[in-house]
Amino acid sequence: MASATSEPHQPDAEGDLNGAPAPAKTIKFTSETYPEIKRNSKFAKLSQEHMQYFQELLGSGSAVLDGLSKDASEDIEPYNSDWMRKYRGHAKLVLKPGSTEEVSKILKYCNDNMLAVVPQGGNTGLVGGSVPVFDEIVINLQRMDKIRSFDEVSGILVADAGVILEVADNFLAEKKHIFPLDLGAKGSCQIGGNVATNAGGLRLLRYGSLHGNVLGIEAVLPDGTVVDDLLTLRKNNTGYDLKHLFIGGEGTIGIITGISILCPQRSAAVNVAYFGLESYEHAQKAFRAAKNQLSEILSAFEMMDGRTQKLLRTGAGKKLPLEGDHPFYCLIETSGSNTDHDSEKLQNFLEHVMEAEIVSDGVLAQDQTQIADLWSCREGVPEILGHWGGVYKYDLSLPIADLYDIVNDVRDRLTNAGLVGDDDSHPCIDVVGYGHMGDANLHLNIPVRRYDKEVEKQLEPFVYEWVQKKSGSISAEHGLGIAKKPYIGYSRSDTMIKLMRQIKDLYDPKGIMNPYKYI
Amino acid sequence: MSGLRILVPVKRVIDYAVKPRVNRAQTAVETASVKHSMNPFDELSIEEAVRLRERKVPVAEIVAFSAGPPKSQDILRTAMAIGADRGIHVVVEEKDPQLEPLGVAKLLKKVVESEKSDLVILGKQSIDDDAGQTGQMLAGLLNWPQATQASKVEIANNTVTVTKEVDGGVETVKAKLPMVITTDLRLNEPRYASLPNIMKAKKKKLDKKTLADYDLDAPPRLKIIKVTEPPPRKGGVKVDDVDGMISKLKELGAL
Ligand SMILES: Cc1cc2nc3c(=O)[nH]c(=O)nc-3n(C[C@H](O)[C@H](O)[C@H](O)COP(=O)(O)OP(=O)(O)OC[C@H]3O[C@@H](n4cnc5c(N)ncnc54)[C@H](O)[C@@H]3O)c2cc1C
Repeated sequence: MASATSEPHQPDAEGDLNGAPAPAKTIKFTSETYPEIKRNSKFAKLSQEHMQYFQELLGSGSAVLDGLSKDASEDIEPYNSDWMRKYRGHAKLVLKPGSTEEVSKILKYCNDNMLAVVPQGGNTGLVGGSVPVFDEIVINLQRMDKIRSFDEVSGILVADAGVILEVADNFLAEKKHIFPLDLGAKGSCQIGGNVATNAGGLRLLRYGSLHGNVLGIEAVLPDGTVVDDLLTLRKNNTGYDLKHLFIGGEGTIGIITGISILCPQRSAAVNVAYFGLESYEHAQKAFRAAKNQLSEILSAFEMMDGRTQKLLRTGAGKKLPLEGDHPFYCLIETSGSNTDHDSEKLQNFLEHVMEAEIVSDGVLAQDQTQIADLWSCREGVPEILGHWGGVYKYDLSLPIADLYDIVNDVRDRLTNAGLVGDDDSHPCIDVVGYGHMGDANLHLNIPVRRYDKEVEKQLEPFVYEWVQKKSGSISAEHGLGIAKKPYIGYSRSDTMIKLMRQIKDLYDPKGIMNPYKYI
Repeated sequence: MSGLRILVPVKRVIDYAVKPRVNRAQTAVETASVKHSMNPFDELSIEEAVRLRERKVPVAEIVAFSAGPPKSQDILRTAMAIGADRGIHVVVEEKDPQLEPLGVAKLLKKVVESEKSDLVILGKQSIDDDAGQTGQMLAGLLNWPQATQASKVEIANNTVTVTKEVDGGVETVKAKLPMVITTDLRLNEPRYASLPNIMKAKKKKLDKKTLADYDLDAPPRLKIIKVTEPPPRKGGVKVDDVDGMISKLKELGAL
């Protein structure tokens, strides 16, 4: 049971995590950072007449944040800028529909009037997909937050897209079930957003991807059509399975308004151990031993390099569970139904990895509080990396043997270019790696004091070419958004991209859905 | 002074982070297939005993003790992984009458005598029953000085100085060994059980005993009439804006 207790917080202007977040106004507009992206003139500009329609539809209360007739920038700013404080749009209108029908009417009107829109969930996405680039209308799903039904026999949950992941999981916990997805942003992200990004997260190793667990989807197409595919069947071979287009579709062909998802039984026995290891080779050996000896009870295998853990200590003042520094750390979780059975397996595994000197040191959580604390050594990493001002994030799928090589190569490259250092004259704090090792998914992160073109030139296309050479993926679980759009060619062939464009044109012929992004 | 012989009683309780549920018959809290751990205050006690030794206070032996179901062994192993030298487990099956604080205190008195302990460090309460009585009763039975709710413990030449937090400040008390101390949350931050120490703990001595071995007959004196959950919190209402809030407050008579 992964459980970071605290929400991710964003650094304030001094990079202090305790204060209020930095004012959104200090974030540079995406249109200024990337002047090569131009507003598409085919889109209409928002007028009083449009505004009147939306107000009549949704009422004049908090469902419409109107920045056209009055200055509402304070209210709208949080919807304009992203979690990383890297992208910022110019939206003048945020709509918060409360029903599928309202979503349908909004989209139909926008489609008829050539108004571009951005679907938005919890706005925790990491590729700039959830915020506008120019004046696109933000359609935020937060008011659609009802659990529709839960079947305790089949474990199938049907819920609105705007339900917050942690709320869904707490609801399921009461019923002894578990949401098959967990991630550090669970207190803010929405299950609709999770499906729209096909989020992977911490439980994928055990429960598989959303493509397997999502059984049905209700979505609205730009022309207002409601895709009523909210089925609760595990098996259904009747035609093309179109829901998969919405899973990972990132709001480019429609807005997800409801999902049905298969939720496993919650495990009664959960154990978490945290190791220090000498090298990445040792981490691989530990992973093999874990698969071999823990097999069906292994529910997470996460890797963090020593640098991330050191930054947790220096940046967040966290007391680490192990004395001394180790080059690598792993966190493993087991979940099962029988404490004695699990404990015996775990004891044997721990004895083996200690005796065979696969791990140098380690701890085993003795209670729930320690379980949460060990998880925070992994889940606290994305948050702390943003502590100094910004972070360049690469979310890569790579052959497991080569997973960490890229971190070393990138660190050498940036160091040789004189960009990494301890003082303010160097933009980069460090180059670090961590991630879902069990899924061969590496997060290569470069925490920086400021976003810097020189650093970007060193990183790109270098990182993408490196990944391409290994036949990896340039975006394992975070998606494309605006950040990775130009680089899809490193992971997909021209034929595949052409087929994808056909889908986009078919479902969103006028191109109003989340423009400037994806493909 | 010769080395201290420290006794640390520990109790297996429902994990602090788990929300307990009352059984259908309303006679007790549901314990089957619920995560159990060491009472958090007892973690502080064992940690403090180990720290005393690390601070070079002469410590001859740290003995962890628990009375409870067979699974209490797990927390004794944890105590030994944190640094206790050996463990004593008095098995009290779940189906048998359970010990009350006075019963535990009487039992501990016998253990203190047979182990020749001269310092007992207990949690100020266990989080399951919250009675908060055992330490005090034990001190009474032994006729030893006691310092409750310790936030700092210093020992020099048979004299123990204990700092305790009280309303609006701290109180410092001093007494000669032997002594009973109960621990409070600010005393220390318990360490993790490291893997090498978990392995070592498996080889440490763990004596299994029964109440009869200590010649103890402590039948319950209290009868539990009924166990109920606290009344559920009434759900809040969402308001759309400030005006909505004001009219709601007026409606409720709060304005
Ligand atoms: C601290 C932290 C940890 C994270 N860890 C992980 C991780 O372990 N694994 C992982 O995969 N990801 C992770 N992420 C990123 C992850 O993609 C998001 O957190 C989450 O899945 C997005 O949900 P959201 O509701 O915030 O969506 P948003 O950020 O609001 O939107 C993301 C994208 O989906 C679209 N979208 C949102 N809602 C809908 C909808 N209802 N219909 C159609 N389109 C929609 C948006 O247009 C946008 O393109 C992490 C992020 C943070 C901040």
